[in-house]
Amino acid sequence: MSAILPPTEQVWWKQPLDRVELLWIVIALIWCLILFFMMPYWHIYGQQNLSNEAYRSKPEDFAKKTEDMVAKYKVREEGDAQKVPVVRPPAGSDVYLIARLWSWYPILELEAGKSYRIHLMSMDWLHGFSLQPENINIEVHPGYEHVVTVTPTNPGTFSIICNEYCGVNHHTMTSRLYVVK
Amino acid sequence: MAVNRMFRTCPTSGLLFHEPAEKLMRWHAVAAVVSLLIGGILAIGVVLTRWQAVHLLPPDMFYQVLTAHGINMLIFWIIFFEMALLFFASSTLLKSRLATPRIAWAGFWLMIVGALVNNYAVFRGDSSVMFTSYAPMGAHPTFYLGLILFAVGALISCFVFLGTLVIAKAERTYRGSVPLVTFGALTAAIIAVFTIAAGAIILIPTFLWSVGLIEYMDSLMYKTVWWAFGHSSQQVNVSAHVAVWYAVAAIVFGAKPLSEKVSRGAFLLYILFLQLASAHHLLVDPGLTSNWKIFNTSYAMYLAVLASMVHGLTVPGSIEVAQREKGHNQGLFTWLRRAPWGNPVFSSMFISLVGFGFLGGISGVMMGTEQLNMIIHNTIYVPGHFHATVVVGTTLAFMGLTYFLIPVLFRRELMFPGMAKWQPYVFGLGMSAVALFLMGAGTLGVPRRHWDISFAGNAFPHEFPGAAWLMMALAGITGIIAIIGGGMYLLITVGSVFFGKKIVTPGFQHVRARDGVARVPAMAPTITSHGSIGAGGMVAPGTFVLAMVFLVAFVLYYFINWKYLSTVWPLR
Repeated sequence: MSAILPPTEQVWWKQPLDRVELLWIVIALIWCLILFFMMPYWHIYGQQNLSNEAYRSKPEDFAKKTEDMVAKYKVREEGDAQKVPVVRPPAGSDVYLIARLWSWYPILELEAGKSYRIHLMSMDWLHGFSLQPENINIEVHPGYEHVVTVTPTNPGTFSIICNEYCGVNHHTMTSRLYVVK
Repeated sequence: MAVNRMFRTCPTSGLLFHEPAEKLMRWHAVAAVVSLLIGGILAIGVVLTRWQAVHLLPPDMFYQVLTAHGINMLIFWIIFFEMALLFFASSTLLKSRLATPRIAWAGFWLMIVGALVNNYAVFRGDSSVMFTSYAPMGAHPTFYLGLILFAVGALISCFVFLGTLVIAKAERTYRGSVPLVTFGALTAAIIAVFTIAAGAIILIPTFLWSVGLIEYMDSLMYKTVWWAFGHSSQQVNVSAHVAVWYAVAAIVFGAKPLSEKVSRGAFLLYILFLQLASAHHLLVDPGLTSNWKIFNTSYAMYLAVLASMVHGLTVPGSIEVAQREKGHNQGLFTWLRRAPWGNPVFSSMFISLVGFGFLGGISGVMMGTEQLNMIIHNTIYVPGHFHATVVVGTTLAFMGLTYFLIPVLFRRELMFPGMAKWQPYVFGLGMSAVALFLMGAGTLGVPRRHWDISFAGNAFPHEFPGAAWLMMALAGITGIIAIIGGGMYLLITVGSVFFGKKIVTPGFQHVRARDGVARVPAMAPTITSHGSIGAGGMVAPGTFVLAMVFLVAFVLYYFINWKYLSTVWPLR
């Protein structure tokens, strides 16, 4: 009789469906297929798809590539107590960004409308690359060099904050990203 | 070995309780409520710290309290309650003796020891690694050990549940198929076994790593396998609370499922399409391809979402049919208006259903879409989502069932009935508001698990928009309202269980059931049609209209987010 008793109809699987259920199942299934379809659709026609390009890298190799880039393209330094270099790499080039306890290194200065291959990797634990106020969020793993091709559209000063909990000073892990005309 | 066959028939509900099962249910329920109390006290620290105007705790303590809050609520409160539910759905609903009560007690005590050991690790202060404990961030070995012990205990209880199903079948305590609620509990138990197996695969090596026997933990491997455990444990909750919805519909309205086939089929879809859902949590991680992400987040057709959408229709639909058959057959929504809104068992269940669907369900699908995940990943949108699913959905449904169980299981009258009437509204609506405000703040980029969004003293502080601050403050205020609602629940349940007026039945005695095969219960007469209720050729037209409102909200919200995504920087 009710849901807490065994079904009264012993062969309940032969009971016909009411129209309300059948109609809803059909509508819901069509919607679920649309939900699926949107993801491949966006890969073909959308502009915002996360890159699949990733490599296994050693922290020391990644740090070396980053230092080489900093040496080549450093334009100035910023920060109060600890100076962080600001680099301005040429458009289309490979750009390296280190995530580590509890800082981002270095600060990037990019040109609006140009594309850059940004390599993201952590030196230690998991970190979260969160670009604000654009609100682009990407996980940063140790040992996985993730290459994301980004095209900043609007000039301005952006913030990079860590949004994957990484210990007691997690909330101090912030940096800048400049986009110039 | 002598088998205890003492049964008690509850005079108020007519349910049959097996003595050892009853005791187990009580103790599991008490352990659950104690965990809720601890988690609730910790919630005060979390809420008052993230509300930046108050900013109560220092950072180390905040992260510690947040870790303990997550684990006590998400694991200990919910799983202790679910184990009580499994015993209820098997022993009580099938009128069967419980399999191996002593082994069930071993399971219970393992869970207790596990919970204590894990809490010890967190309160030491060196295991503030959050619920997810992402390696290579490490905790004290007892952190993992506690979770492992707890999981083994829960696994034992799952097998006691399965054993009870076997006994009930063999001793023919029911005829035909198990009740739908038991079927839902079986779904939860099957997913729980899978969940715990996945948990063992990741937690045992992590434990060995924490004591130095394993040298290296790969962060992506950890995260992938951990979520096979972490996400499927949430599917246990979904199956369990959907079973509770059906149970409440049956208890309060005598509602019969619209069709057994559809409801059971939907539960089956949970088993088949939920377990590997760890992909939802890895949508912005490197090292996994888009093909893998898209397929594993949806299995091509989102059949688990379909299942929840089906339950979302059939539960209120069955209530509508029951109400219409009672004579509330006019118009579209008379059945709903005339529902017992002052009965906390019903109001909890209904707020749970609506909150889970509208807030938790829609946001969950949005988050689980590969590209859309980029604009909310690890923002406070995520806690917003799961406070709608696991708190408004699961916790509130369990609270509603408690109000039914206190007189039935504990044989006590409900204390403060006036307060109990309001509790589901204070808690459910307060928590729904928390979920909404957190989602709003998350859309503006506010990170989760973050001590200070003012970034005071930082060399490169970020300034969040005023709206984000407002949302966080509102989440703080409504969070306090929800905590008051939770406190009301604790006051009512603890008060009733210890000091409530005892319900005594004159001439009450325990019944010794006949050894061997029990009496086969008589079948109720078959009802084949619903007569002339409903409208438009549907038995539940009001529910259908509500379902369409849900669908429109879903479609609009989903595409608004695609529109929002299309405005951010191009990425490839």
